[in-house]
Amino acid sequence: MSATELQALMQEIPSGDASSLIPLLQKVQEAFGYLSREAIASIAAHLHVSPAAVYGVASFYNQFRFTAPGRCHIQVCRGTACHVKGSLDVLETLQRELGIVPGETTRDGAFSLETVACVGACSLAPVVVAGGEFHANMDNEKTLKLVEKEKQVESCSD
Amino acid sequence: MQRLTDACCGKCTHAPAEPCVKYVECRTAGPLCHDDEDCRARRRGLLSRVRREVLETPVVSVGTGTCGRGAGAMKVLEAVRAWSQNSGISVRVEETGCIGMCTAEPLFDIHAPGRTRLFFGNVRENQVSRILDAVLKNQTLPNAPRALGQLPDGHGSAWDGVNSLWEHPFFAPQNRRVLAHCGVSNPESLDAYLADGGFSAFAKAVSAMTPAEIIAEVERSGLRGRGGGGFPTGRKWRFAHETPADQKYMVCNADEGDPGAFMDRALIEGDPCRVLEGLMIAAYAIGATHAYVYIRAEYPLAIERLETAIRELRACGLLGANILDSGFSLEVHIKKGAGAFVCGEETALIHSIEGKRGMPRPRPPYPAVRGLFGKPTVINNVETLANVPPIIERGADWFAAVGTEGSRGTKVFALSGKVARTGLVEVAMGTPIRTILEDIGGGIPNGKKFKAAQIGGPSGGCLPEAWLDCGVDYESLRKAGAMMGSGGLVILDENTCMVDLARYFMEFIQKESCGTCIPCREGSRRMLEILDAICKKPDPANDAAALERFQGVTHLEHLAQVIRTTSLCGLGQSAPNPVLSTLSNFRAEYEAHVYERRCPAGVCKDFIDFRIDTEKCTGCSLCARKCPVGAIHGAPRSPYYIVPEKCVRCGACRTACRFDAVQVQ
Repeated sequence: MSATELQALMQEIPSGDASSLIPLLQKVQEAFGYLSREAIASIAAHLHVSPAAVYGVASFYNQFRFTAPGRCHIQVCRGTACHVKGSLDVLETLQRELGIVPGETTRDGAFSLETVACVGACSLAPVVVAGGEFHANMDNEKTLKLVEKEKQVESCSD
Repeated sequence: MQRLTDACCGKCTHAPAEPCVKYVECRTAGPLCHDDEDCRARRRGLLSRVRREVLETPVVSVGTGTCGRGAGAMKVLEAVRAWSQNSGISVRVEETGCIGMCTAEPLFDIHAPGRTRLFFGNVRENQVSRILDAVLKNQTLPNAPRALGQLPDGHGSAWDGVNSLWEHPFFAPQNRRVLAHCGVSNPESLDAYLADGGFSAFAKAVSAMTPAEIIAEVERSGLRGRGGGGFPTGRKWRFAHETPADQKYMVCNADEGDPGAFMDRALIEGDPCRVLEGLMIAAYAIGATHAYVYIRAEYPLAIERLETAIRELRACGLLGANILDSGFSLEVHIKKGAGAFVCGEETALIHSIEGKRGMPRPRPPYPAVRGLFGKPTVINNVETLANVPPIIERGADWFAAVGTEGSRGTKVFALSGKVARTGLVEVAMGTPIRTILEDIGGGIPNGKKFKAAQIGGPSGGCLPEAWLDCGVDYESLRKAGAMMGSGGLVILDENTCMVDLARYFMEFIQKESCGTCIPCREGSRRMLEILDAICKKPDPANDAAALERFQGVTHLEHLAQVIRTTSLCGLGQSAPNPVLSTLSNFRAEYEAHVYERRCPAGVCKDFIDFRIDTEKCTGCSLCARKCPVGAIHGAPRSPYYIVPEKCVRCGACRTACRFDAVQVQ
């Protein structure tokens, strides 16, 4: 993450406008994948609030991450429809296969795992979103296949 | 003149810089600003093309809402484009929102010139060319897949042997008012909305009605908030209208946080202009000059379509300063939510827009008196606002003709879970749940038995078979111990454990509790701990655990009552509902967990063991290969064995077995 890019993002929002905090955090996370300590400190300086206040807001919302996501970011929907159709099994399979729990990134930086409250595609339950792509009606087998496929993509791009 | 919003000729005086009260009428029934029969004819021609009354090239519309895309609609879209290039038949390809029939996604329809629109569901990309060949080249129906239905429009000739789409069992019992355009019209085309009478309600409101008259009309219609609380919309507007202030705000709440609900997303994806028109009428009625749409960041497509619509409205002067020369100015801003369930609560939402932690504050003062930035603010749900334009256009009586005494109009439900046809369903208020489940949803698949209908998300409740004839309206649902909520309707079958479900909701609420007030923050955690203890592996050696469990159970109901009566916001007050409703309707299941230490539905993992029936097992070794933890051992062609200590109870073997040999005990 470069400091100049961060500065450029912040310039779009007037200095000291605290009501723009959340949009700014969203922009920074969209550009860099997560909110680093440096980014939080810079945002605080730009909006004339304390870094603690920025962190307080950022940590309140589920959207914000404080560690870098993997190159393949996997989200497991834990909405009601997904739950009754077995999304917990899918999540456990992913945890076993990737060796991480939700909120973590694998050591090689290839995968990160996250649970989301509901992606709003309940008719496709259980849903897994991998790298922004929806995978519908997941079960253990399809999950294993998905991980296998993503691992292959990963090894090809190395 | 390519589009309805364009001027017909140099004589047309309409431009955003020179607002005119007759703009909307002029663009659709005009021109009115000058008298020219040629211009009128050209506009009529354009209008009938937009309405597709006359069609020069075939139109193929693919439902590319989020659920459609998840099912592969983009591949279908590509296949249609490729076919058009290869076959040399030029086709206009349109993207629409979700028609609501999610089980049939990907879904597309073909509108050949002179014919009616023909819908196909569950289309794979490799079937596209065959379908298009048949319909557009040979003017026949393809052998397979069969058409879902056709859309009678009074212009094109009908296809023989194909039913009307609206006669399909999924659609027949519905009353599609709010969803009228979803999946049928192009959501990215302001023209399509205008041609269908769009913005005539707004034009009528700002040109011929005073704010007080609009509020009176909405009050008379009996419209109540569709987001959960069910507060009369008109009364909310009146409070804000009567509070003097130099600045007021209007907010559209699209922070659809209930897991299992997706109607707001589908509505914005499918008909963004209608939601905006409702928002604009509301803003005019209360006297707001700035409006916000607070929408979940998880809905990127909805945000995109909303942004497109706002841009178009601004470009033609329907948003901005002095709209339609009425003296009314409005800017609409989009605020992306950052994923907090509690932000669906009004005061928390306000804090979030202000850039703070989304924590509720005590009411009163109500937002209608002191809200966003300390100014009077009205916050309405997406569906509520989408109901407003027809009330203004057709009148309160038209709206109130449908529904029950206390709940007028229709309600959109997101039907999901263990039901054959999932999707978006709009029915008149008071329709029995049974109609939604059996007629529209097609019942429970795989011959399973119905257990409960979970309605209203984490704030709602689970209704058993005995309540299936309960009508869906605010009063009846409350009487049944559930609530309307935002309209999530998840069907559960015999394989669902109600204790597990209550625990799931409690976990959700505990995670999402904002922490402001102690009853919700601590109480939800204690309740979750009690439910955890009920579902925990029996340990005969540990007497303390047993004591803790029984103590917990005796406290559960009392704790729930305390949370309900003392929490700060609506979410906290309704937090115990999933536990209370399952406890009152499915007490036996709790008792089986507490006393007999077993899970009747075979869900709670600490109470179940997977075993292989040696009689049924053929020794095919499939289960051993599928087992993710290597817990299944055996030799081919003789029965296999599951090592209980290693087994993680994921159920992979049970799904894999073709001889039903893996059993849950």
